[in-house]
Amino acid sequence: MPGAEAVDLARAQFAFTIGFHIVLPAFTIGLASYLAVLEALWLASGRQVYRDVLQYWLRVFAVVFGMGVVSGVVMAYEFGTNWARFSDKAGPVIGPLMGYEVMTAFFLEAGFLGILLFGRERVGRGVYFVATLLVATGTLISAFWILAANSWMQTPQGYTLTPDGRFLPTDWWQIIFNPSFPYRLVHMVIASYLSVAFVVGAVGAWHLLRDAQNQAARLMFSMAMWMALVVAPIQVLAGDQHGLNTRQYQPAKIAALEGDWETQPGTPLILFGMPDMAKERTDWAVEIPHLGALVLTHSWNGAVEGLKAFPPQDRPNSPVTFWAFRIMVGLGLLMVAVGVWAAWLRVRGRLYVSRWLLRAVIAMGPSGFIALLSGWTVTEVGRQPFTVYGLLRTADSASPVGLPGVAVSLAAFVVVYAIVFGTGLLFVLRLMRRPPTIGETGPQAGVPVRSAGITPAAALRDAP
Amino acid sequence: MLPVVWAGLIAFAVLAYVLLDGFDLGVGILFTMERRDEDRDVMLNSVAPVWDGNETWLVFGGGGLFAVFPLAYGVILPALYPAIIAMLLALVFRGVGFEFRFRAVSQRGRAWWDRAICAGSMLAAFCQGLVLGGLLQGIRVQDRVYAGGWWDWLTWFTVLCGVAVVVGYTLQGACWLIWRCDGALQQRARGYARVSAVTMLAFIVVVSLWTPLLNPTFSERWFSWPGIALTSPVPILVALVALLFWRGLSRRHDFTPLLCVQAWFVLCYAGLGISLWPLMVPPDITIWDAAAPPSSQAFLLVGAVVLIPIILVYTGYAYWVFRGKVQPGMHYH
Repeated sequence: MPGAEAVDLARAQFAFTIGFHIVLPAFTIGLASYLAVLEALWLASGRQVYRDVLQYWLRVFAVVFGMGVVSGVVMAYEFGTNWARFSDKAGPVIGPLMGYEVMTAFFLEAGFLGILLFGRERVGRGVYFVATLLVATGTLISAFWILAANSWMQTPQGYTLTPDGRFLPTDWWQIIFNPSFPYRLVHMVIASYLSVAFVVGAVGAWHLLRDAQNQAARLMFSMAMWMALVVAPIQVLAGDQHGLNTRQYQPAKIAALEGDWETQPGTPLILFGMPDMAKERTDWAVEIPHLGALVLTHSWNGAVEGLKAFPPQDRPNSPVTFWAFRIMVGLGLLMVAVGVWAAWLRVRGRLYVSRWLLRAVIAMGPSGFIALLSGWTVTEVGRQPFTVYGLLRTADSASPVGLPGVAVSLAAFVVVYAIVFGTGLLFVLRLMRRPPTIGETGPQAGVPVRSAGITPAAALRDAP
Repeated sequence: MLPVVWAGLIAFAVLAYVLLDGFDLGVGILFTMERRDEDRDVMLNSVAPVWDGNETWLVFGGGGLFAVFPLAYGVILPALYPAIIAMLLALVFRGVGFEFRFRAVSQRGRAWWDRAICAGSMLAAFCQGLVLGGLLQGIRVQDRVYAGGWWDWLTWFTVLCGVAVVVGYTLQGACWLIWRCDGALQQRARGYARVSAVTMLAFIVVVSLWTPLLNPTFSERWFSWPGIALTSPVPILVALVALLFWRGLSRRHDFTPLLCVQAWFVLCYAGLGISLWPLMVPPDITIWDAAAPPSSQAFLLVGAVVLIPIILVYTGYAYWVFRGKVQPGMHYH
């Protein structure tokens, strides 16, 4: 990358590591809740199929969770290695939020994960169910804190600034419940649920194409399609509200992702086009008059500020946010369509046999994750050129680490992540290719026990 | 007062990490010494249900430093940049290895991940030693940012600390295996423990004699009155614990060796504390200089006071659920 500066590579490194990481917690947030629901249904109904599906996904969960942990540890230290000035200045606000995340979420997940994965025969049904609930709760608490931290960087409040530019927290309630937090939290948790719903649906569909009578595959597919029908439209509404909130607090981000340069009443909605930062215009724009105003101001003649209303050095990158936003919205609308299509076939009694629907859902398997990454691209690139919006510039946030160091570490991350997460993806796909069977055994199958002392006698003998 | 409390809590978190993930990493280091797949399974299975929780203490140490001593966090990590990045990458390999080796279909794939677990554990331990050594010998700071070069930290002292931590964790791992395994594997673990304990004691002596030379404040504290009243019990206790360790090992106790080794780590850690107090980043930054504003420290302390005891209780429960000897070839279903 000729002409690149250390801060650009530090950004690339953060984008790369967080991009790999965020998919994994999103996966575990959705999957942990799904596992808890399945365990509850199994306990309530006693039907074997619920437990089979649970055990099937538990294997996937084990692999994904492990990758999420190790890529998360990297994030916890990357603020210090590459963003030392940000850490010194904003650490007093961001740090405690992450401290709470560790204390309320990470320990909880880690403490009960062992029981969830390996402990079914070692604890009673009640304890096991509580463990599944606690792991699921832990993932949600984790989302709560990390989104509070990210949202504060987008819409900071509840602080004072010292003369040397450090943030001093004054009101923690305001810091946590900052203006964009509730919207971002809801949008992200739903996104995680939808992402997992489409993965589960795709796996169900894959096995239904081969055996339409597989009960476990039917259950997966049916539950996933209910999620698509009910939750995808809710996500569209949540996204709309999130957009209105962004327009209020980060208008430059909205201008960039809409590709609007001029501020004009009855702003059109640009469907497609090529925003050009240097020429300050969007080429080949396909517009629908007034629709931009309608969506963003909910009025016919409303005006959305264009990028020219902001000084050039304060503008986020328009082409990147513009296209990332369109990918996200496009996939979201497709999810709604799939949900409606599936509901229609369900009413007609053809849900499990319509090959076109099954194929479409398989194709949509990764759609949730792609939409999620696109959405985060919009929100993070749209915050630039600041780390703390409007207050602390990205260029003033980096560590005093020179170009070679950041370049070498970036290359190391790329190589290691490609090997490790490439292999992980392969393992997950391989697990999902295996059809679910009756009497699934979970992560333990074929793997020697993790520990002994199952019988009371052995437990007594080995008690420390 | 708040910075003192928090310095104690961060120190506790780091100590918890060293005591808990220390044996995980030690088991990883010893991993490829065992040739039979069955023994390797047993070794990994003995730590599989708990390693994740153990590693969380490292996240708490790092995240906590970020929250309550942001200056130290922002200075130490850039100063030790290569060592930190290498440690993180090593922990990636170690962490995924636990699941991946059981998911690999071919023998070659499994052997590859076995080596990754071993190399990852060893490198992570070595880097942690480098970080410790780099911190002890001091970090150059100007205007609240690191002012040194890439390789300032790389000295014979830091390398020595790196090797010392590898040896120490190996010893912990061996003693963990003595406790949680039986039969021939346990017997071999006693052998590993014997060798690594002798080496470890030698390293303790060398590092202890070298550290005071790094900084006049350290030596003053260790070798002159009144500091010596506080410091002299440390080596005496180390020797006493060594005696208990050899007795436990030769009488084939299961748990005493691990207990003694952990006591060694606690004592060495206390020795470091005595040297450093009240410095957070030698030679100049004290815990008060590095502290976040009181509103940050107080806010997080409220949670820590309530949550850390709860965390300790359920972590203890998780250990208790998986208590007892790990047997080869037993299945759960």
